[in-house]
Amino acid sequence: MENIEQRVKKIVAEQLGVNEAEIKNESSFVDDLGADSLDTVELVMALEEEFECEIPDEEAEKITSVQQAIDYVTAHLKK
Amino acid sequence: MIHARVAGTGSFLPGNPVTNNDLVARGIDTSDEWVVERTGIHQRHLAAPEVTSSELAYEASLRAIAAAGIEPSDIDLIIVATSTPDYIFPSTAALLQARLGITNGGAAFDLQAVCTGFAYALATAEKFIRSGSHKRALVVGAEVFSRILDWNDRGTCVLFGDGAGAVVLEASDKPGILATALHADGSHNPILSVPGQINRGEVVGDPFLRMDGQAVFKFAVKVLVDVAREVMAEAGVGIGDVDWLIPHQANIRIIQATGKRLGVPVEKVIATVGQHGNTSAASIPLALDLAVRDGRIQRGHRILLEGVGGGFTWGAALLEF
Repeated sequence: MENIEQRVKKIVAEQLGVNEAEIKNESSFVDDLGADSLDTVELVMALEEEFECEIPDEEAEKITSVQQAIDYVTAHLKK
Repeated sequence: MIHARVAGTGSFLPGNPVTNNDLVARGIDTSDEWVVERTGIHQRHLAAPEVTSSELAYEASLRAIAAAGIEPSDIDLIIVATSTPDYIFPSTAALLQARLGITNGGAAFDLQAVCTGFAYALATAEKFIRSGSHKRALVVGAEVFSRILDWNDRGTCVLFGDGAGAVVLEASDKPGILATALHADGSHNPILSVPGQINRGEVVGDPFLRMDGQAVFKFAVKVLVDVAREVMAEAGVGIGDVDWLIPHQANIRIIQATGKRLGVPVEKVIATVGQHGNTSAASIPLALDLAVRDGRIQRGHRILLEGVGGGFTWGAALLEF
């Protein structure tokens, strides 16, 4: 079973069309990985589907980097 | 059992296409690359200032009536889906009836569900026909959204276009519309609206379209997936039995995200947003007519059409063409 970090990075790679090797924990979706505003929405939707959770809009706005996504999922994943 | 079957389709786009670069030349602060990347829109049609929804509806209706092989006087129900009617009243449908020279006293009314308008109108007409009260309906989506765009808001003014599409829906012993579903959740009204009104001869509030694009995107994909599954379940068909998916043409990325989640291959999705922009209630019948006329859609094909729009409203129809 892959850990949360690996699963998040896989989704980021797929959604943003970047190589997984280029994705660092500190990578910003917009500044480092070339995401536009709709990419970030689609990314949040893909995270919701992968981890079977709902991310409220006000929380989603704060998820701007790979590490923030990992942290959110880790804190909210259904036990 | 009475079925409601599409007898003919028609559509109309005003004037020459206006490209993204044409908009830049008109002083809109945008670029072709920005618009195409985020929306898939390359061009749209914009009606001349004197052209109204009923005029676009008239042109589309003539084509649908000819395709159905009937006379205007055979129509006993007209429903026009529009958020940009000619007047406050009478309805665009009544004006269309007059333009078509129909004097048989049939019913005519407008239906307002913004970009879901055509799905709402088609499902409504289906119920009239299946009840036996009416025999032949003209169902139209017609819009001049260029009138309600803030041309200083580059985030929205590039997204929309004008146009009309129409179908003749008639009583038949063959299917027909197999299943429909209509929904609304008015609590989401602020994320897409034109929050103004005419009051004592003046505009009160804001007469322009306002949208929270990210919120709309997320909501749209979710409900388009849900409502497609709902009508398929009701009709007892799987996604593999659907020949064509015609989603509301708002944004190519909403269309792609919806198709991907439903498991519909991209070649089975009719996409016209690149050429038409978002024409609101007109987008689905425009796309339907285009694909009928270019030969992709054939008699007997199963078509799933679905819309989502301000309200929020959403709906779908699954039909055998």
